Amino acid sequence: MNARLRWRKFVSGFMLAMTGVCALVSVSVLFLILGYLVFHGGTSISWNFFTKLPAPVGETGGGMANAIVGSGKLLLIATLIGVPIGFFGAIYLAEFSGSTTAFIVRYAADLLNGVPSIVIGIFAYSLVVLPFKQFSTLSGGFALGLMMIPITLRSTEEFLRAVPNALREAAMALGASKSKTIATVIVPAAYRGILTAILLAFARVAGETAPLLFTAFGNRFWSQGWTQPTAALPEMIYRYAISPYDDWHRQAWAAGLVLLGLILVINIVARAILSRGIAVPRT
Amino acid sequence: MHASVRPAVSVNIPPIATSATAKETSAALAMRMSISKVNFYYGVKQVLFDIGMGIATNKVTSLIGPSGCGKSTLLRTLNRMHETVRGARLEGEILLDGQDILRQDVTAHRRRVGMVFQRPNPFPKSIFDNVAYGLRINGSKLPISEAVEKSLRHAALWDEVKDHLHKSAYELSGGQQQRLCIARALAVEPEVLLLDEPCSALDPISTAKIEELLVQLTDLCTIVIVTHNMQQAARVSDFTAFLLIGQLIEFSPTPQLFTTPGDPRTEAYITGRFG
Repeated sequence: MNARLRWRKFVSGFMLAMTGVCALVSVSVLFLILGYLVFHGGTSISWNFFTKLPAPVGETGGGMANAIVGSGKLLLIATLIGVPIGFFGAIYLAEFSGSTTAFIVRYAADLLNGVPSIVIGIFAYSLVVLPFKQFSTLSGGFALGLMMIPITLRSTEEFLRAVPNALREAAMALGASKSKTIATVIVPAAYRGILTAILLAFARVAGETAPLLFTAFGNRFWSQGWTQPTAALPEMIYRYAISPYDDWHRQAWAAGLVLLGLILVINIVARAILSRGIAVPRT
Repeated sequence: MHASVRPAVSVNIPPIATSATAKETSAALAMRMSISKVNFYYGVKQVLFDIGMGIATNKVTSLIGPSGCGKSTLLRTLNRMHETVRGARLEGEILLDGQDILRQDVTAHRRRVGMVFQRPNPFPKSIFDNVAYGLRINGSKLPISEAVEKSLRHAALWDEVKDHLHKSAYELSGGQQQRLCIARALAVEPEVLLLDEPCSALDPISTAKIEELLVQLTDLCTIVIVTHNMQQAARVSDFTAFLLIGQLIEFSPTPQLFTTPGDPRTEAYITGRFG
């Protein structure tokens, strides 16, 4: 009996240690990446990085002002395409559709989410770039927007479904129509989750390179308007990182840090907004 | 409640033993609502059988019966909340002030017949916004803050919340939340207020407060309450309907139902032999 107890204690201790180690590894990967990025990026970053255009090949210095603005423009278009479609689609799924339709749409969204991002890029290339015979900010934003749809759709739907039915009944018993109930009770009750979902989708596509290669294409100068090729931070990281120049490598690190910083700032601001208002308590 | 023992009497043969007295009393009283020949189905399963009864104006009518007897379903048909359930089907006629409720606009009807649920279900909004909700969505022209105060006073909650109207409704206790839900329902000035076991999630003190409130509210509206608690029905209601497996067994003035029940099944239930 005693031997058995000792064995069980050993197994218990061993498993506990294993789970702890795995938890630690998953966290430390993130912190290693972050630390490495801050170390390399931090030493390479300068004011010029934010204000100057890329230096001509062969010269050192210069910055990525055009890529920062380009990423901003691309993400704006992506958000304008991906968020409304994902959001309203999720409302349909959670509040109106029958279970078969919901299953089909959900399944399709999951598949779309699994489509390699380079394929999305080719799709946007044939749909937007080829007909206009022009690489453009619009086509890049379109590709990123397509990627945002399934992420926004699936998580928004989950958060809408998590709103207790008692709240729907309460609103309807007061004479609210279905659309009023959705607009005034269900979406407000789920808005924290929905915003988090949108942020996740946003952060996910902000770092995408592959869909931009055939669409936004890249640009070493300012991109005029929305129908010209544009630089973007992840695309610049890709081009600079595979270049043979040390100065470009440093700039790629700086770009990585800036991209991360931007996403972090947006997250913090959104969470600050989220912490206001009243949440539905968990029961 | 006691362990459930099936009543010895077969309930498939429904001699609605109701009382001539209930009908006589009904005749003398104004009826806010009247239910006749109501059959109700969830898909193919029939849960209400040929229900007929009146809801007297400015009185409290309670629906009692063991779990699954259909009392909540009957209550929900009165403001057409059953329509939110897929596959639910209602046959028969329900009148509100002489008009068939099924022919009315459903949102307009629900404004006239409010409902309070089993568990307090305030919105994730402030106390004020909860009460104001019904007024706002209905585009009420009334000054909202006065209407909110009035409703909270009617629900006997004003003194407890007047200094923090803009706090979250979830900061209130369960009993306060339920009174908030009552205030929210009262704000749109319904003619009938339906309550579905409103005290089942509350402690005895909160329950007592709500019962006291219900009696006062008959000045404002007609009340129908579903309760699992026979003492509660006896304390608050003027009329009591006893349902068993989807059938209305007895419908009488409350004192009569509890002292001289007209049907052996009613007697068996109120004396605690089953349910």
